[in-house]
Amino acid sequence: MTGEEAQTNGHRIGVYVCHCGTNIAGVVDVEHVSEWAKDALGDRGVVVGKDYKFMCSDLGQELIQKDIEREGLDRVVVAACSPHLHEKTFRNATERGGLNPYLCEMASIREQVSWVHTNKAIATEKAKAMISGAVERVKEHESLEPFRVPIEEATLIVGGGIAGIQSALEIANAGHPVYLVEREPSIGGHMAQFDKTFPTLDCSACILTPRMSEVGVHPNIELLTWSEVEKVEGYVGNFAVTIRKKASYVINEDCTGCGICWQKCPKKVIDDKFEVGLGYRKAIYTPFEQAVPKYPVIDHDNCTYFEKGSCKACEKFCPTEAINFEDEDEVITVNVGNIVLATGYDLFDARRIPQYGYGRLANVFTSLEFERMTNAAGPTDGDIVLRDGVTAPKSVGIVHCVGSRDRNFNNYCSSICCMQSLKFAHLVHERTGAEVFNFYIDIRTPAKEYDEFYQRVLDEGTRFVRGRVAEVTDAARLPGEEGKLIVQVEDTLAGQQRRIPVDMVILSAALEPRTDAYETAKKFGIACSANGWFTEKHPKLDPVATMTEGVFIAGCSTGPKDIPATVSQGSAAAARILSYIEMGELALEPVRATVIAEQCSGCRICNDLCPFNAISYDAETELSEINIALCQGCGTCVAACPAGAITGTGFSNEQVLAQIEGLLMLNVEPQPVAEPA
Amino acid sequence: MKYMFYPGCSLHRSARPYLDSLAAIQEKLTMELQEVEDWNCCGATEYMSVYRAPAHALVGRNLALAQQQSNGSDTVMAACSACYLNLEKTENYMRTDEELNNKVNTALAEGDLHYDAGSIQVRHLLDIIYNDVGMDRIKNLVTNPLEGLKVAAYYGCMIVRPDVNQRWNSPEYPTVLEELMEALGAEVIDFPMKTHCCSGHMTQISSDVAYELIRRLIYGATHYEADILVTLCPMCQLNLDAYQIEMNNHFDTDYVMPILYFTQLMGLAFGIEPEELGIGREFVSAKQALAKIGAPVPDEVPEKGKPRRKKKKEEGLPMPQVSTRFNGGSK
Amino acid sequence: MNTTAEPAAPVREGEAATAEPSFLRWIENNTPGDSRLIMCIQCGTCGGSCPSGPDMDHSPRQVFAMVRAGLKDEALSSNTPWYCVSCYLCTVRCPQEVHITDIMYTLKSKAIEEGMAQVDAAKVWSETFIGYVEEYGRSFELGLATRHNIRHRPMGMTRAASLGVGMLAKGRIDLTPQVIEDVGQLRLILWKAKELEAEQ
Repeated sequence: MTGEEAQTNGHRIGVYVCHCGTNIAGVVDVEHVSEWAKDALGDRGVVVGKDYKFMCSDLGQELIQKDIEREGLDRVVVAACSPHLHEKTFRNATERGGLNPYLCEMASIREQVSWVHTNKAIATEKAKAMISGAVERVKEHESLEPFRVPIEEATLIVGGGIAGIQSALEIANAGHPVYLVEREPSIGGHMAQFDKTFPTLDCSACILTPRMSEVGVHPNIELLTWSEVEKVEGYVGNFAVTIRKKASYVINEDCTGCGICWQKCPKKVIDDKFEVGLGYRKAIYTPFEQAVPKYPVIDHDNCTYFEKGSCKACEKFCPTEAINFEDEDEVITVNVGNIVLATGYDLFDARRIPQYGYGRLANVFTSLEFERMTNAAGPTDGDIVLRDGVTAPKSVGIVHCVGSRDRNFNNYCSSICCMQSLKFAHLVHERTGAEVFNFYIDIRTPAKEYDEFYQRVLDEGTRFVRGRVAEVTDAARLPGEEGKLIVQVEDTLAGQQRRIPVDMVILSAALEPRTDAYETAKKFGIACSANGWFTEKHPKLDPVATMTEGVFIAGCSTGPKDIPATVSQGSAAAARILSYIEMGELALEPVRATVIAEQCSGCRICNDLCPFNAISYDAETELSEINIALCQGCGTCVAACPAGAITGTGFSNEQVLAQIEGLLMLNVEPQPVAEPA
Repeated sequence: MKYMFYPGCSLHRSARPYLDSLAAIQEKLTMELQEVEDWNCCGATEYMSVYRAPAHALVGRNLALAQQQSNGSDTVMAACSACYLNLEKTENYMRTDEELNNKVNTALAEGDLHYDAGSIQVRHLLDIIYNDVGMDRIKNLVTNPLEGLKVAAYYGCMIVRPDVNQRWNSPEYPTVLEELMEALGAEVIDFPMKTHCCSGHMTQISSDVAYELIRRLIYGATHYEADILVTLCPMCQLNLDAYQIEMNNHFDTDYVMPILYFTQLMGLAFGIEPEELGIGREFVSAKQALAKIGAPVPDEVPEKGKPRRKKKKEEGLPMPQVSTRFNGGSK
Repeated sequence: MNTTAEPAAPVREGEAATAEPSFLRWIENNTPGDSRLIMCIQCGTCGGSCPSGPDMDHSPRQVFAMVRAGLKDEALSSNTPWYCVSCYLCTVRCPQEVHITDIMYTLKSKAIEEGMAQVDAAKVWSETFIGYVEEYGRSFELGLATRHNIRHRPMGMTRAASLGVGMLAKGRIDLTPQVIEDVGQLRLILWKAKELEAEQ
């Protein structure tokens, strides 16, 4: 097919070329392109060709609306940015003009042309070709109606840290049911481990535990601790979630939380979760005193009865006969309309930097160990002491950026460590009077009252050494180093290599995605960034939504952040969900893939490829089936199907082939065109 | 198991005991070594300090010869860390830097040679013993376990750094040599300076710098109560052994820390006579230390003064849950 | 810092850094692979890790800053590259994966080329070493030690001599150099490589 053979088929098409300020107009000759569209594509149905500074502005949209009414347009092509950004905008404008919104097509001449080319002549020709393709494609478009799905009122929240707690309370207080799933025996998350919070030095437990108890007694919240999500089926508005409630060997209905069982339990275990290895718990335990719920669990792997077949001390002493050694895992299914993933972070394993000596040198501690140490309810009752449990340090080195901003480990900044390290400096100073050295690359204190806190710590006499620590060693070689930990560093401001002997070293370790983050993402049909954090639908404008409708994310699972930001995201996710619940039903994009049953051979190639878990295999019909509510219309299956048995509404073969033909109608060789002004 | 062998200049000279002990254990390890014929010096760290492309051409000739003579093995084994690194680096840069590859091959063409980047594997002796021979075979060969001998395993720098092909488990805290020494029955101490610098060529450039670097290592090994420091690099051995006396003079200290090659200790554990292993040619005599495992004691035994290390208390807060062996490298 | 490259009078934007791109680019282009020199964030891991750091005029990162600022004379006359012991600690610890040790080699060769190498002992040691390699194809420890010591005596002639005698007694040093068979071929290769390098 050539340009001359192309038919108008009675179409009246409007082509609108956006300058995007200078984003597009700086590289593409937009005036030339819009005139060309009207002149050269006239025989292919184009009746309007216009350019405008910002097509997405109200005035730009009005242009489209008015032309539909006045010129009787039946198709619209907007050559502007990526459809990711403004497809909705221009579809709405088209609809306001009286056309079905799906009769509008975008040509991405910013992301695919002006931002990736420097040669103006070539860029201009390529923009024309893309418009030509869009014009041919839009002729094949059909009017579509969105799907409507009802929204189940209940919400699932995964993760009982402060982000999950916040989301749960917001939704429950609005009167809607919430299931809150937590894999540990208590909610509270990392915040429950901390002593003080920066920069106000509020006691972490004092501000957190009221929220925890509120969750515990809330009539709208069903708390599922010691539980994990196994499977997620369904789609926005109607998810069916399978949850495994792990055997706790305690009958919660009978347990009063009196604590006799763990007092009597003879088995002492190093607590590597809540106390991060710095303290002990029993084999039957709650992680901490203010745990919510108050019911303990038995750690099967460490329980003497399960190991040796006898003991049962807890059962013997339990006043309410609430111990049940026959307990088994229980698997339940709940139906929810929306999901919040607030699964938090893991701390970087500081042993991966052997030159810092963690795990080898007794008095090197991680940030989380130090949090437990300073906590009045922690293993040392809040005393800052060396690993011997008694000696107070006379000098302490605090190392920033351990595993962060380091291409050997994590190339991102963990964002909280500067403030955390300043907080540690203050606490050491206040409680021990020891000399404190903070070793940093840059001090990053960008939030409210943060830099003021830095000033305060400076004023307290903390010694700041600008330099990333090279190594921590106990190998003394100079007078005064014997028996000390020596922090070797270049003081970059003094330009000297220094060896600073201290009694204790604290490593401000990086925040990392949970080790099972990819697995979790796959389970819920969402994506992870290259670093492993959950990916937002839009990093700025939609930071708590994901590309999967109905699945929201909050807190550190999306990237390192402090408590205020985490709480904000918990609330934001709840707000998004409340508006869905309020709507009662949701309109979904009709751009979907469908299986043509006669052509499907049941090979299942498409099943695993679908990034949204939308395709399943029906053993009875021996065909693959697409769940239209889960399908996001990405087209992966359409391209992958060896039998061509999957077609896409909104991206049918006819439409895609017409677009390709349209693209190829132009010979994109550098033509001598006028340089844009 | 057949390998090509690049001995390098040191093994024929100052590190003769290394070569002799390798020759003595080679058969037991069923290693067949084919020496690269007419090999030339790798340039150490010096050639690269003055020239760039010629430094790689110098190494390139060795790689080209190895490729040409290759007969049943594409692996070139080096026992000297500097040789190993230079061969490995040139191989790697020729593979990844097209411009350099062209220059080196243009130069090699003058001598009717050519090297196809990627055709030769460069490996260190320790890597081959650990991974190809394997610890099980080694344990079976031990007839005279080194029981009671406290060994500081010392790697120096260039075998584990920069580790262009990621062959080692850590550039800072490798554990392979320790495992080998334990397999021989020795008691291995945790030696935090195991990959610190022996001072390299600084003995020739600034003796003050060199003596201090040597002192740190000797002091460290003494402080951690090692009987002997075991090494795998001729330069490390030379600096720590031959210059130990000079260092003692310089600081007015009296350290006595014998420095042996790991192949020499393997030989002893396999029941080979010390003399055959080149033992006795070291400057700081190893005889007193070796007396602990039943090797002949010399007539006069020098006094050995060591600072005692305080024992850690077994009370207080638990240490992080860590296996005694660090196995996760950063790279 | 006092510099000769710094202009005396204020200049318009763009003029001040005329020396910078060419010197920086030269160093980058003459370091094998991607040197990542421009990625340095001045954290000091290199200077903190360096075993001979206390004896260096500048930390490696300071030299990189000079290179980036176009302070060619200062960078090339620093003793820093000459005190590098090639231990690669800085390279493996560098959070920005800058190829620090390799850049040190590049700086040394440039300093020799420009006649600016400040640490004579190091320069002469390298050159003496290379001399033997080019003459025999192998290094010659006895020759090296004596020839070098006569000029530089890093440890004093008497001590060096006693060490040499010790080496001889232990059978760890040869009195005559080993020569490879085809030393002519090696010289042709090296001559060509030098010619190619000079073409740049």
